[in-house]
Amino acid sequence: MKFRHIGADFKVVARSYFRNPIALFFSLIFPIILVSLFGLILSGAGGGPVTLPVVNADPGCPLDPATHNTTTYCQEFFAALNSTHAVRVDVVSVAPDSFASWLGQKDYTVGLIVPPGFGQNYTHLQPSNVTVFTNPQDAASSGTVLGAVQGVVNGFNLRAANGTPILGFSTSNIGSPVYTYIDYLIPGLIGFSILTSPMFSMVDIASSYRKDGIFRELSLTPLSRAEWLTSRVLWYVAITLVTAGIMLGAGIELFGAHVTFTLGLLPFLVVGPFFFVSLGMLAGSIAKTPESAALIGNIITFPMMFLSGTFFQVSSMPAGLQTFAHFLPLYYVIDGMNQVMLFSNTPQALYDLTVVLVGSVLVFLAAIRFFKWRDE
Amino acid sequence: MASAIEVHGLVKRYGSLAAVDGIDFTVGSGAVFAFLGPNGAGKTTTTEILEGLRRRTSGDVRVLGLDPWTEGRPLHRRIGVIPQDFRFFEKITPKEAIEYYRALFHTAVDPGELLAKVELLDKMHARFDTLSGGQKQKLGLALALTNNPEICFLDEPTTGLDPHARRAIWAVIRELKREGRTVFLTTHYLEEAELLAEQVAIIHHGRIIAAGPPSEIIRAHGLPARISLEGPPQLAEHLRLALGLNVTYEAGRAEIELSDKRDALKILSAVETSGLPWQSFQTLQDTLEDVFVRLVGRMDDGALKSEATP
Repeated sequence: MKFRHIGADFKVVARSYFRNPIALFFSLIFPIILVSLFGLILSGAGGGPVTLPVVNADPGCPLDPATHNTTTYCQEFFAALNSTHAVRVDVVSVAPDSFASWLGQKDYTVGLIVPPGFGQNYTHLQPSNVTVFTNPQDAASSGTVLGAVQGVVNGFNLRAANGTPILGFSTSNIGSPVYTYIDYLIPGLIGFSILTSPMFSMVDIASSYRKDGIFRELSLTPLSRAEWLTSRVLWYVAITLVTAGIMLGAGIELFGAHVTFTLGLLPFLVVGPFFFVSLGMLAGSIAKTPESAALIGNIITFPMMFLSGTFFQVSSMPAGLQTFAHFLPLYYVIDGMNQVMLFSNTPQALYDLTVVLVGSVLVFLAAIRFFKWRDE
Repeated sequence: MASAIEVHGLVKRYGSLAAVDGIDFTVGSGAVFAFLGPNGAGKTTTTEILEGLRRRTSGDVRVLGLDPWTEGRPLHRRIGVIPQDFRFFEKITPKEAIEYYRALFHTAVDPGELLAKVELLDKMHARFDTLSGGQKQKLGLALALTNNPEICFLDEPTTGLDPHARRAIWAVIRELKREGRTVFLTTHYLEEAELLAEQVAIIHHGRIIAAGPPSEIIRAHGLPARISLEGPPQLAEHLRLALGLNVTYEAGRAEIELSDKRDALKILSAVETSGLPWQSFQTLQDTLEDVFVRLVGRMDDGALKSEATP
């Protein structure tokens, strides 16, 4: 291994990369898109309250003496819903009979009807039913609205019975009380780019350089296969550092993520690319044609893309898939990053790091062995 | 003259097919050697074995005294190779490519000087994917020279190039020879070989069917020199009777084989004394291409005949 050789090759790779707009897009812009997209989709409809269209079919809703007759019972009911911060009431003037179809037309998945006589019945302690419309396809919004309405209805019932709530609860997240979904998402997405960016391009390089005779050219120079592969590993480490920085920045800037760039993250940003550059090269070298190389690459990449804790926590998956996930190298990269970024669990992180490092060395050596500069 | 390349009993088999079937040849140090043959004859296989890119089945091969397959690393520091259809990193410029090779070979060549030598100086800063076929080939040539090689292997360096680009490559090959380097050239263009090489070998079906300096091959396998002139059939008859030489007549032209160069004078005086009209006097000499076509064609005919015989 000569540093001069690795350095010369690294320079060529870097120049090729900076002159390739598509490559630049994928390493500089795509991470921001990825974080924004998954942040918005999976952080629960942007994290804000669910808009709840409400038909107030009780125009004669009486004033509430408890508020010194400044608001009606209906208005109070809506205020109580808004104060949950889970929903935002939007009173619409639609006939109760056509409300369901109106909701469908307007693409709402939730709605609420306050029945005629709601206020009067309440003051006379007579039962009445509010109607909640939900759409099973949007389970998240439905659950939120049902929960909010149920809570407010219970509150009103307690008040009518002059009761006092005895049992309450407060919420807290695992890891640290302040962590939200986006905090878990960032390590997952960094893992996603550690996997996909080297895998896809190395598989392609392995077959196209062979086809174009570029490996042949290089075999006639003093550059060795190990030096060549090392230069690629170093390049993808550099790319990963930039991408991870961008993702952290975007997560913090756009979603107020609480993760911090601890030094403990660095080993994973180095060993991760080391593993997947080698694996991509190995997959591309075993394949005989560019088509089969792409196929092998996809077979390896796709299960890992979804089952290693990239977008969904492995612990939220069925038991069988969890076991399967423990056979996926990317799982250890992402779990390790979670351990250092969220849980400060150094022993577990070291274990994960060791698994990936040992795997990387083995795959690197296998890739060197299988990828041939020249034909037999 | 010491030999740069020595090949004895070289065989390369792919399964039951012998792509190279026991060939021998030697290339003298400092010579331009042209390796000729039709497509699929075994040219590229042989060349790649010499370059250390392919393993041989059997036989002995020495390039600069080294075994190309097992001693490829030291050999590659001393040879330069330009493959057919040279390809390189698309976004890299010729200057950067030479700097890259210079770092790998640890030499001190000046990119500008090298690019000037192959007439590519004006494209020094152009990216590889914007170069024409000829310019790409010239860069391949320049890169092959980065390590100041003792032997240059050029595998069909001018195939697909326009006449101007071909001549530019020829000029570089002549320059290489002047610098005392050995050049191993494969080509489809017979006139290229005749023009540049002092030694050629013709390979066909994995075997060498002719070898030596072009002029000797032509002498050994070509038709004798001929004189051809236009005239009536009686003229051919007259010459046959007057000279006792082999005269053929076809499409208004008589062709007379010369057994001695002085025959030419006799023919001219016999034509004059015949009183018959004549014009367009030509001397004909086989080129390497004529010999090549005849040799390869004869072998294929022979192969067909032997296949037809039970």
